[in-house]
Amino acid sequence: MTPATTTGLAPRAVGTPHVRLEGRDKVTGAARYAADFPADGLAHGWIVTSTVARGRIASVDDLPALKMPGVLAVLHHGNAPRLKEDFAGTFGPDATTQILQHDRVPHAGWPVACVVAETPEQAREAAETLVVTYDTEPHDVDFRPGHPAAYTPDASPAGPGRAEKGDVEAELAASDVVVDAHYSTPELYHNAMEPHAAMAYWDDGRLEVVDTTQGAYATAQDLAQLFGLDPASVHLRSEHVGGGFGSKAQVRAHLILAVMATNLLGRPVRIALTRPQMFSLIGHRSRTAQRVRLGAGTDGRLRALEHTALSATSTLREFVEPSAAYGRTMYDANGHRTVNNVLPLDVPTPTYMRAPGEAPGSFAMECALDELAERCGLDPIALRARNEPSVGPVSGLPYAGHRLLDCFAEGARRFGWAERDPRPGVRRDGRWLIGTGTAAASFFTGVFPVTAAVTANADGTFTVRITAADIGTGARTALTQLAVEALDVEPSRVRLLIADSDFGNAWLAGGSMGTRSWGWAIQLAARELRERLALGAAVPADGLTVRSDTEQAVRALAAAERHAYGAQFAEVAVDPGTGEIRVRRMLGIFAAGRIVNPLTARSQLTGGMIWGLSAALHEEGIRDAASGALVNADLAGYHYAAHADVPAIEADWLDDPDPDDPVGIKGIGEIGAVGSAAAVANAVWHATGVRHRDLPIRPDRVLIPEQERAGHS
Amino acid sequence: MTASTSSVITLHVNGEPRTLTVDHRTTLLDALREHLGLTGTKKGCDHGQCGACTVLLDGRRAVACLQLAVAAEGRAVTTIEGVAEDGRLHPVQEAFLELDGYQCGYCTPGQICSALAVLDEHAAGWPSAATADVRPEAGPPALTDDEIRERMSGNLCRCSAYPAIVRAVAQAAKAVSA
Repeated sequence: MTPATTTGLAPRAVGTPHVRLEGRDKVTGAARYAADFPADGLAHGWIVTSTVARGRIASVDDLPALKMPGVLAVLHHGNAPRLKEDFAGTFGPDATTQILQHDRVPHAGWPVACVVAETPEQAREAAETLVVTYDTEPHDVDFRPGHPAAYTPDASPAGPGRAEKGDVEAELAASDVVVDAHYSTPELYHNAMEPHAAMAYWDDGRLEVVDTTQGAYATAQDLAQLFGLDPASVHLRSEHVGGGFGSKAQVRAHLILAVMATNLLGRPVRIALTRPQMFSLIGHRSRTAQRVRLGAGTDGRLRALEHTALSATSTLREFVEPSAAYGRTMYDANGHRTVNNVLPLDVPTPTYMRAPGEAPGSFAMECALDELAERCGLDPIALRARNEPSVGPVSGLPYAGHRLLDCFAEGARRFGWAERDPRPGVRRDGRWLIGTGTAAASFFTGVFPVTAAVTANADGTFTVRITAADIGTGARTALTQLAVEALDVEPSRVRLLIADSDFGNAWLAGGSMGTRSWGWAIQLAARELRERLALGAAVPADGLTVRSDTEQAVRALAAAERHAYGAQFAEVAVDPGTGEIRVRRMLGIFAAGRIVNPLTARSQLTGGMIWGLSAALHEEGIRDAASGALVNADLAGYHYAAHADVPAIEADWLDDPDPDDPVGIKGIGEIGAVGSAAAVANAVWHATGVRHRDLPIRPDRVLIPEQERAGHS
Repeated sequence: MTASTSSVITLHVNGEPRTLTVDHRTTLLDALREHLGLTGTKKGCDHGQCGACTVLLDGRRAVACLQLAVAAEGRAVTTIEGVAEDGRLHPVQEAFLELDGYQCGYCTPGQICSALAVLDEHAAGWPSAATADVRPEAGPPALTDDEIRERMSGNLCRCSAYPAIVRAVAQAAKAVSA
């Protein structure tokens, strides 16, 4: 381990900043991502996607393409190998895997063919000249509340579709102050910097795959099932992953088609998505339409809380963006109702995207609370202090660590909140109106059972093997630190190997659960190994290995409301002449369990906060009603925060111990992206006196606020 | 491939002449990655919109995806693999490493090549959109954080390591000028 500020002593391995173990490879270009691996005889695939949003493929005119130089194959539904029809993988049944299996077009940008050629240029040209005709059918991409096809699902991974206690209507009627507001968020796209890519080939009876995935084991298992292969015959690696954010958790078209093509051609095949294809083939965050109704006494104490959210899904698979679940663990009220509705449309299937549910849900709820504070004449932080629940509002479970108000106190002190004039629209700096805003943040602390192996080698070194993925989170370094701590040895003696499906089940890098789950398994195995060695166990020539499986330990964890918390602060400047908004500074104070590596943790947290900034002001996928397709499916049309959009951003944390939790790590991948958009939006109100409830807060929305716009339309 | 659709070209890559036969449609980016095995230069969008493929072309930054390889004939290309000398990291690389100026690392080669050019452009007195006074007699602007942010804005980072990247460029600027 490259020491940054450590002494190199094992007891201080955790909690001390370390530069990334793979850092040198990343700054010299040596780190290899999925599309970077060479292979002899490599062929290149190029995916062709549908130009219509609904219908049936009438014809694929593959003969001209097959006559083009270098073209090896044109795969389409008429000739593609069959996949397992009723596939149910890591995330359950998933019809998005049925690539080239039928003639139905479920949305614009659906894969309808794949050209494989000797070179990428040949594949691309043939793909672009391939003529596909369609029997089109009328499509429906009309996302709106009140759509007759919307329904309340039984449950999503975030919990039941509907959770209710008390009498919301009666409590609202009895409230002194009522806020009833509608919020909306647009389609959002992960846009990891690394486009999805996979290379596949057969070697000595095994399918060797390099893919960009957040979970090599899970992806290998899913792939085996889909192709009807013995899972042991699939070997999948993802040594470096260029960002994921939820978009690299499932088996996707590039991987499926690469395997189909290598099966057919008997030579290595690589397929990479183009950036525009990343807007229809890998999932996204659905639009949301949310309504929040809050009822309170003049003292700001909530009597009623209702949050109703609508998101879209595809006709292929039900995915619910559970925005309304946010309030179930955050705020209590006698009348408490939260409902996540979903509407199937002819759009690509949405998926998990950094803080699914919490990101859009916290925008609505934390803005509504800011409105309530204004109406009650209360400071927004004081309002939250008055509504701090003692047990889970819906679950009734005790909290395992609940330092939200401490985060606010520390954040307020550092941000200078006490000097804030609560009146909106009264501060000027030249042409700019200035405002500040705050919001709470929360993200659940989950864990999944995983396996790890730690080996004492005969030369005195240790090797840790776990199918973790480092998608930029710093997991590789943090897990090494945790192994060093548990083994209590010099860091230089520990080597961690990850991202190889042969290392066994380790689920995925997702839900802020990766480092927590993997670290648990590593420490379990490492501690046992250390004890065995201390008792004099001999290390044979091929090493002494201890394997762990956290299945039982995870199940034994006492039920509790486990969450990370944070307080977000933002200062903005708004130019009422141009509608431009500049964020001037942001501060986030978090209570997120044990922080393993402060250097990389800070990057995770500030990165998440910038996602909030970006969602608040910039990002918006715009779907065209006529074609059913996105109109801005590239990085010029879909703007996310660039250097010049991002001011000084500070993130810090409080100690957040949980004595009942054997690892104490809560995960920090998503919490920064929760509440941060609300803090920016609340600051825009404070600057201008206008509430913006539709994201992004574009210049045109600043110039013609919603309230006026309604009168014009 | 027939003679009419391909050419033999020589590129001077990281100080070495490299002769290769390329399809006329091959971009400089694909030539580096697929023909020369220099996969450090990344493809993020292939449209000149993200900056991940930034290299130095005759010392100036360019997005390699918008350059046909045949058009780079005879020119000097510096990729991320050519930035460190004899295994010694350049101060820009050192600063990215030390200050965590990245997360997933995919945009990093482009960010670093861009940063190298930013330091040169600034040293040459070039103004930017963030420069308050662009008159030649005003002299080069101080390389403030806002100047760095503006000059680095062609390089997207979805992990949003921007604050640390700005700190890294500022630190490297000090190290280079010291």
